[in-house]
Amino acid sequence: MILAWLIVILLAAGLLATVAARWSVALSRWICLAATLIDFGLIIFLWIRHTSQFTLDSGTWLEQVDWAWIPEFGIHFHLALDGLSLLLLALTFFLGVLSVLCSWTEVTESVGFFHLNLLWILAGIAGVFLALDLFLFYFAWELMLVPMYFLIALWGHERRIYAAVKFFLFTQFSGLLMLVAILVLYFLHHANTGIYTFDYQQLLHTPLSSRAALWIMLGFFAAFAVKLPLFPFHTWLPDAHTEAPTAGSVILAGLLLKTGAYGMIRFVVPLFPDAARGFAPVAMILGVIGIIYGSVLAFGQNDLKRLVAYTSVSHLGFVVLGVFSWNELALQGAVMTMLCHGVSTGALFILTGALQERTHTRELGRMGGLWTTAPRLSGAGLYFALASLGLPGLGDFIGEFLVLLGTYRAHPGLAIVAAIGVLAATFYALRLVQRAFHGPNENGWAISDLAPREGIIIALMAGSLLWLGLYPQPILSTFSPALHALETASQSHRRP
Amino acid sequence: MTTKDLISLLPLLAIAATALLVMLAIAVRRSHAIAMAVTVLGLCAAFACLFVAGPLAPHDVTPLIRIDSSALFYIGLILAGTIAVVFLCYGYFERQRGSHSEELYILIGLAALGSATLVSASHFASLFLGLEILSISLYGMVAYERDRKASVEAGLKYLVLAAGSASFLLFGIALVYFELGTMEFGKMAQAAARTGRDSSVIAVGLILILVGIGFKLALVPFHMWTPDVYEGAPAPVTAFVATVSKGAMFALLLRYFDRAGLRSDTVLLVFSIIAVASMFAGNLLALLQNNVKRILAYSSIAHLGYLMVAFEAGGDMAGSVVAFYLVAYFATMLGAFGVVTILSTPGNDLGDLASYRGLFWRRPLIAGVFTVMLLSLAGIPLTAGFIGKFYVVAAGASALLWFLVFTLVVTSTIGLFYYLRVVVALYSHIPETAAAATPSLQGGSLSLTWALGVLTTAVIAIGCYPSPVLRLVQTMIAGSH
Repeated sequence: MILAWLIVILLAAGLLATVAARWSVALSRWICLAATLIDFGLIIFLWIRHTSQFTLDSGTWLEQVDWAWIPEFGIHFHLALDGLSLLLLALTFFLGVLSVLCSWTEVTESVGFFHLNLLWILAGIAGVFLALDLFLFYFAWELMLVPMYFLIALWGHERRIYAAVKFFLFTQFSGLLMLVAILVLYFLHHANTGIYTFDYQQLLHTPLSSRAALWIMLGFFAAFAVKLPLFPFHTWLPDAHTEAPTAGSVILAGLLLKTGAYGMIRFVVPLFPDAARGFAPVAMILGVIGIIYGSVLAFGQNDLKRLVAYTSVSHLGFVVLGVFSWNELALQGAVMTMLCHGVSTGALFILTGALQERTHTRELGRMGGLWTTAPRLSGAGLYFALASLGLPGLGDFIGEFLVLLGTYRAHPGLAIVAAIGVLAATFYALRLVQRAFHGPNENGWAISDLAPREGIIIALMAGSLLWLGLYPQPILSTFSPALHALETASQSHRRP
Repeated sequence: MTTKDLISLLPLLAIAATALLVMLAIAVRRSHAIAMAVTVLGLCAAFACLFVAGPLAPHDVTPLIRIDSSALFYIGLILAGTIAVVFLCYGYFERQRGSHSEELYILIGLAALGSATLVSASHFASLFLGLEILSISLYGMVAYERDRKASVEAGLKYLVLAAGSASFLLFGIALVYFELGTMEFGKMAQAAARTGRDSSVIAVGLILILVGIGFKLALVPFHMWTPDVYEGAPAPVTAFVATVSKGAMFALLLRYFDRAGLRSDTVLLVFSIIAVASMFAGNLLALLQNNVKRILAYSSIAHLGYLMVAFEAGGDMAGSVVAFYLVAYFATMLGAFGVVTILSTPGNDLGDLASYRGLFWRRPLIAGVFTVMLLSLAGIPLTAGFIGKFYVVAAGASALLWFLVFTLVVTSTIGLFYYLRVVVALYSHIPETAAAATPSLQGGSLSLTWALGVLTTAVIAIGCYPSPVLRLVQTMIAGSH
């Protein structure tokens, strides 16, 4: 029940905030903040309540709701929570709270409608992380698109329409391919068992011929690879991230990309283990290309947001590498990277947004010497840039280290090449800091430092990264049983 | 005729009586409100008659008409659509004081009668009769604003093309009759098996029939008239042409091929080509338009192409998919044209995309409704169109029609472009000076507001919880055997 509430609260608060904005803009903001905080509180409550259950042999779900929705097609409103979903939801609501906070002064036009979109995206994302019915999953997957489109198209920057349409078309087309794949799986399952169902757990054990499995898997893979984004499907990302308003960029980088990675972990490999194993080299090579390519392009960018956007391509390459190595270490690394990337990149986008609000530019070339005028902001920039390059002690390091360790066992060659990517990250991260904050203040910037509201946001994010980096054990032990269950699910598959 | 026959025919009789009553009412007293009220009450009474006729179904009333569950379902859909159109018409013509708008309701009643005859036909004679009643009323409806050049031009265009297509249809019927010696749908399969002759004449006949029907459905390559007629006709009449007339024709197409059992590979191949051409042409040509009514015209071409995919799948699946899709399509298209109606002034339908710019900032609710309709046409979740699209893809996948399904996926992505273009226009900011220059937008009348409210609720309700409609559709299919 509580799982359905997580989504309903967001949807209802979105509508309420739109209506409330007619009388008071501030009220609308507070409603959103309250809704995201309540959801965050609920997920923490669930976490604490189930702490004792995170043992390796408990493959069962921590919480479930299962209602018949469209029984004519065998569609259920089936939500379920395991350690993996729990952490991703915690990240979702954490970033949700922060994105409401960071748009507090940035968004001034039609505030109510903005918050409607913001909360409905979060609801869609929460649905994706919880859905165990493939139809519901697709429903939620599509649901987050439209508000995201509006968010970019209405509150974005200069080339927002172009970016929004590109984003929408890429994701919609690949989503439709996934829909076809889901339907084929559905009918094949019916042909085998005589049961029409979209239920994940029943579909897990559908015997498939290797050719069918490959094609269906590619349908899923297309949708997730575009969202992730995997090289060469990444071209929508720099545009969308750059043109989106700060909250949009935070959600895009922090959460939407994670839905792609989550889909790979939850659906692609467990549903089609053999096909995925056969396809793994291709995916991993694309992942490694993404790592290197993202870093190199990030190094060449002059637009601050574009730079951060390309680092996402690079970091998510590690996630793909980890997922398709499909061993315990690599998977743990992939999930850690997802969580940490969400926080660190989100923070970088918030800082970029703060800078843009003050200087009205994102050009690296026009900045420089900001440390003297805004030391707290610049210090935070340095901190998160270091996190992004994988400094030990901060979360990203743990994730990437585990991925490399796990990959090395499976494919040493790829791990070595990917390690170069870690090195390349040093260049772009340090270049960012050097160009923006260090050096002489040639343009005579005199900007205000972080306000208390922004300071709190940044401090929260910095603190959580430090925690993830120094003491990741609670996190690891939360999602490990879930990953373990997925691994066993993919092994117990029988060939037809 | 027995009493049983008469009871089965009650819905059709009630619709015919409605048209007559409206005519008499106008003779007694010319009043827009009375004419509209009589029409709505009559159509509602006809709707109630469906439940009286229901228990007797399936029942053959003479060889011409067969009232079965599918006929009842589609008559119900036609009536619901027509009632919505009546509400739209009232709001649209009410602003046009002094003109004689009462007779329009007679035509609407007759058009509904023709459509209802089509969906219950079981014989070529009743098919043609229904088609002609529908077409002739539509000529009058399309050209109803006789002071406006575009409207008259559209009516004339429609007249010429519909008459031409009717002759194709007749020729096709003649060929099939020549070969099989029967005009009853139910006896055709038998006759074809008995004669055992080369079926190429039948195939040609069927394709000619398809040409005739294709004109009415505006399938590519018989779609040329659509954008002009859509643009020229008064907005509520366009809504009727786009929904009731097309829906009835499609139901007839399905009914005919279901009962006659004449699906051959040649015919299916021709259908596939038409489906693919409609999906591509509809979606691609819509990209080039700058008029909302024309965009919706091409969008409806594409949607009929999607429906053809379901038709190709065949079997019970096709029946239920088409029925469900038509329900969703009716609600959405009526809603979309309802928005155009509410924004239009008499003699000047608001079609130009530029005049929709920034609508959200002036009239947020109407822009919101339009957004819902456009998203439903695009097949985005939480709207009826999403479930419809899902169902069509499911039908295609279950019948392994990979090429058609893939075409659907590609073209519906292309389709997103122009839906989004309209949506973006609705929400874009316009400079204050330009805002003053755009035509002032009339406030909608009560009947329009209500109709739009109901349609929007329906689109969202079906999108969130389609079970009741699905159950109805599946009961209908189960009952039609």
